[in-house]
Amino acid sequence: MIEKVKGRVIKLGDNIDTDVIYPGRYLPIIDAEEMGLHALEGLDPDFPSKIKKGDIIIAGKNFGCGSSREQAATCLKSAGISAVVAKSFSRIFFRNGINQGIPIVVSDEAPDRVNDGDEVEIDFSTGEIKLSEGETISFREFPDFIFSILDAGGLIPYVKNKLEVEK
Amino acid sequence: MGKTFVEQILSKKSGNDVKQGQIVEVEPDLCMSHDNAGLVIKKFNEIGKKSVWKTENIFIILDHRAPSESIKTANEHKIIRDFVAEQGINNFFDIGEGICHQVIVEKLFILPGQVAIGTDSHTTSYGSISAFSTGIGATEMAAVWATGKIWLKVPESYKVIIKGDCPHGVFSKDIILYIIGELGCDGAIYKSIEFSGETVEKMTISDRFVLSNLSMEMGAKSAVTAFDRVTEEYIRERGVFAFEPIFADKDAEYEKVFEYDVSNLEPQVACPHSVDNTKPVSEMKDIKVNQVFIGSCTNGRMDDLEITAKILEGKKIAKDIRLIIGPASKEIYSSAIKEGLFDTFLQAGAVIINPGCGPCLGAHQGIIGDGEVAVTTTNRNFRGRMGSTKGYVYLVSPATAAATAITGVITDPREFL
Repeated sequence: MIEKVKGRVIKLGDNIDTDVIYPGRYLPIIDAEEMGLHALEGLDPDFPSKIKKGDIIIAGKNFGCGSSREQAATCLKSAGISAVVAKSFSRIFFRNGINQGIPIVVSDEAPDRVNDGDEVEIDFSTGEIKLSEGETISFREFPDFIFSILDAGGLIPYVKNKLEVEK
Repeated sequence: MGKTFVEQILSKKSGNDVKQGQIVEVEPDLCMSHDNAGLVIKKFNEIGKKSVWKTENIFIILDHRAPSESIKTANEHKIIRDFVAEQGINNFFDIGEGICHQVIVEKLFILPGQVAIGTDSHTTSYGSISAFSTGIGATEMAAVWATGKIWLKVPESYKVIIKGDCPHGVFSKDIILYIIGELGCDGAIYKSIEFSGETVEKMTISDRFVLSNLSMEMGAKSAVTAFDRVTEEYIRERGVFAFEPIFADKDAEYEKVFEYDVSNLEPQVACPHSVDNTKPVSEMKDIKVNQVFIGSCTNGRMDDLEITAKILEGKKIAKDIRLIIGPASKEIYSSAIKEGLFDTFLQAGAVIINPGCGPCLGAHQGIIGDGEVAVTTTNRNFRGRMGSTKGYVYLVSPATAAATAITGVITDPREFL
């Protein structure tokens, strides 16, 4: 069970699109680890080397807008991002994130109350984000079946388990 | 209260009487993938199922990097060709057939009242012929190939009414760019848009395609124009007579209703680096351009090439500018040759490329360099979209693009029409 993730905040703005998260020139790559080497490169070529394992992205509205490329979610996971919090997500990124097993949290409040480099903790059992000063913000939890996809580690293991059970 | 288009179609397909906000499971009529089928195959193999649930609903059309621009892509294309042969997937279209969305609507691989999913965000385009269609990721498609099922949340709907005669030199591209500018690039996240009004009723399927295609750029899950005589004629002309359109109820409940009068609209330009950063062309002063691209699923059809030829006829493009033209499909490519448009393009100084997506996503066939400015009829102007992250992309209609190619600066096409 994913209960909690804790990490350093990478704070980003509004409308972080799929081309800056994962530039189109890298689309022929199919190895997930290799994708991670280019995460957010469109924002800054040095970005991938600045990401630490466990980091949590906290962004403004419309995160992941643009292309359906799921590499935008996969590269963040491979780079070590443990969760993405934003005021809103593009619908395809939302699904891609869950399907790749990255917790996606919608919060109107959190992006305005954190700074780059803060330490935060997301508690999925209580539906709360704990800020560095100890304050908490609650967020709307996922429907159960989405939680089961995350729990399985993404859609592929989820479907695999389901097909096994049906057999 | 009656039902919206999506409530109707998802109720029918799921066999349950559903309203917005509910989650349904449906079996899609069409599952479309392009070059990213390579990734879908990888994920499908991870699931461990031997064969896909149904070969006839799966379509794969190679267009994003076609012909292959690198060894990596060549190897991926090879994996796809081997897989379709092994699985017996007959609906495979190799390089040169055209851009997936154009091919699907042109060959009617989707029909009114059907449900399509595609591993491409602009899958929303099939709303132009009153289908429900939306984009998904590769992993999700792999799961559908394995199970034949996808979960969908029934979205809330926005009604967008467009009124007024479209002024000379103003096209459906200008209308939708204007609307995105008004609503914002997150203005319709998760929503299903229903276009209506006298202006839409007069539009061709090609014009409506542009509306549905670009609605993705404000986050829409689907974007449809109701089935009408125009849709019916388009389909019958292509020799298809059996289909079951689905309609919204007259008393359907819309979360929001927007109304636009386009009688005084100017040609629009979406400025870097966001599609909602739109301005009327009259505000574009002395913006020097390095490359113009006319093509893509958004604006690479016959009407787009015809207006381009009309403007370029007997003229030369500006010195120091590159004009690249890419018809959206083989059928269009062939018609453009027959109509003599290629002569006009070549004499004006254009480079004509094979049908495909290359320049639009910065894959190949016209990548822009540091500090370069591109004016394009495509659908995205994000930083780095067409190549260098230090480049600038402006989105316009084919008429504005053609006029710009002649003068070398962003130009109001009405001066040439």
